[in-house]
Amino acid sequence: MINLPLLPILIPLLAAVILMLFPKHIAAQRVISIVTAIATIIASAVLVAAVKQNGILTVNLGSWPAPYGIPLVSDMLSALLVLTTSIIVLFVLWYAIYYSDREYESYFFYISVLFLLVGLNGAFTTGDIFNLFVFFEVFLISSYLLIVLGGKKGQLRESIKYVLINVISSALFVAAVAYLYAVVGSLNMADISQRIEALNEPGIISVIGIFFLIVFGLKGAIFPLYFWLPGSYHAPPIPVLALFGALLTKVGIYAIMRTFSLFFYQDGGYVHIVLGALALLTVIIGSIGALAYRDVKMIIIYNIIIAVGVILYGVAVMTPDGLEGAIFYLLHDMVIKAALFLLVGIMMAIAGSSHLKDMGGMIRDYPWIGWTYFIGALSLAGIPPLSGFIGKLLIVRGGFAAGDMIGPLLILISSLVVLYSAMKIFTNGFWGTPREYHGAKAHLATRLWVPAAALILIAIAYGVGAEAVRPFITQAVEPLVNPAIYIDAVLKE
Amino acid sequence: MKKTNDVILQTVTKIISFIIILFSIHLFFAGHYTPGGGFIGGLMTAAALVLLLLSYDIKTMNKILPFDYKRMTAIGLLIAVLTAAGALLFNVPFFTHAYDYFDIPLLGETSLHTAVLFDIGVYLVVIGITMTIIQTIGESE
Repeated sequence: MINLPLLPILIPLLAAVILMLFPKHIAAQRVISIVTAIATIIASAVLVAAVKQNGILTVNLGSWPAPYGIPLVSDMLSALLVLTTSIIVLFVLWYAIYYSDREYESYFFYISVLFLLVGLNGAFTTGDIFNLFVFFEVFLISSYLLIVLGGKKGQLRESIKYVLINVISSALFVAAVAYLYAVVGSLNMADISQRIEALNEPGIISVIGIFFLIVFGLKGAIFPLYFWLPGSYHAPPIPVLALFGALLTKVGIYAIMRTFSLFFYQDGGYVHIVLGALALLTVIIGSIGALAYRDVKMIIIYNIIIAVGVILYGVAVMTPDGLEGAIFYLLHDMVIKAALFLLVGIMMAIAGSSHLKDMGGMIRDYPWIGWTYFIGALSLAGIPPLSGFIGKLLIVRGGFAAGDMIGPLLILISSLVVLYSAMKIFTNGFWGTPREYHGAKAHLATRLWVPAAALILIAIAYGVGAEAVRPFITQAVEPLVNPAIYIDAVLKE
Repeated sequence: MKKTNDVILQTVTKIISFIIILFSIHLFFAGHYTPGGGFIGGLMTAAALVLLLLSYDIKTMNKILPFDYKRMTAIGLLIAVLTAAGALLFNVPFFTHAYDYFDIPLLGETSLHTAVLFDIGVYLVVIGITMTIIQTIGESE
């Protein structure tokens, strides 16, 4: 089956198109979207196994040989991200079925989630820089619909900001691609990498590198381009927020990883120094936000920003250890952020508010939810047997190996902040004096807990089974450290 | 609202909209060898429909052309995706097109290309989206 890398994109696309024919049949929408998500997981799991066995897989769409056609390239990194994305989408859909009301669901909710999945899987898989832009737009336009769906006042206000900022960053993306195309004359990422090496003009390439950093930084919310994120992510309902928080910023990170390992490695690391500095500032800003708020959504939202900084620091040091840690942490963070947003959503459903002053003593009535959240919080902070540990350990080791002292220490201190902010929710929300809750959705708590707990279980398995996951991650790092592997796989013959 | 007599506009529209639709179909089929194609063809057809909307009203429009434009978009997308996915059946890369020469009565020897099917999908999507946008804005109070 030579089209295997395509299946995680094609399956949700086909399902979304079919679902568009009957948007008002809620039962059919639910069943088909869940089945689609499961099928996508199976396809991407097969893909991961195939990449493990055969190395990088490529499909030249339309049978046009690279670099003339558009190749889809599945190396281990993109295959793992596709698998993780599909898993998260499944559990968030499951949660959304209980959480959303029928009115909400009948306005193309499942369809836009599936299109979001198409865009994300496509962005992770493509080997063409302009095709990457197109897939960015596919998931961004789905996200515009998801952020505004429901039409509450806050959503309308924040969606205007969100759309505005993303339209600007997309225009910058096109301009950056135009510059790159004018300099190297190719859009195929492997071909660009080769030509940049032959060109040997580090000045202009550094400028384009910074340009790409601004573009992907706007998508991935790094300092000082993160300003739109807290407000925009506070607006949409919890399932949408879980999708956004777990997935959208991570595409920006993936794009930075891909372009910085393939394109901008020539100039003695100037671009990487900038990236490292910005990553550390991102960690600091995120930490300040996570400490400052007493709103459960906001605390987790600022934790996204911290994680973005930590991962990008791992990318910036460019040692195998740092990159391996970055990938470990990236996969962990996607799963755990989705799980935490879902759990925080349950707390909000019970209390009918997102502020900590309206919560307290939930552990009496909802012990399972409390302890699940507790494990999730420990895992987020990186307590050893759990999933956040190994990634951060490798990033810190990579930082020290690169001769940097400040970065790793900052990341270790930020772990304390993460732990404190997550435990703030636990101690204030679950401990303390129990009170009466009149949340409109409190009766759903147990049903909502199941998908969230399943994600936490996956996170635990990922942490405990790090030894089993490690070979996959090691394989994912190879093309990042040595771009020649990637180039040879795409431009074979 | 004052009732106005649009007899000139409506009579002209009856003739013009036909010409526009014929031109749009010409643009659509000419796309492979000359400028044109699914996108511009679809927009032009939608323009003819908009002209009808301007000179009549939404109710009359729905009576003479009872299409659900959202469904039209979906069908267009389905045609486009299935055309591209047809390649999977032959185990060649996605989007691989095929073409051949056929002897068709009236037209003589003509090359038929599966890219046309994809373009029909694009054509329907463009009409569907344009009309959905215009009708939705037109109907909302």
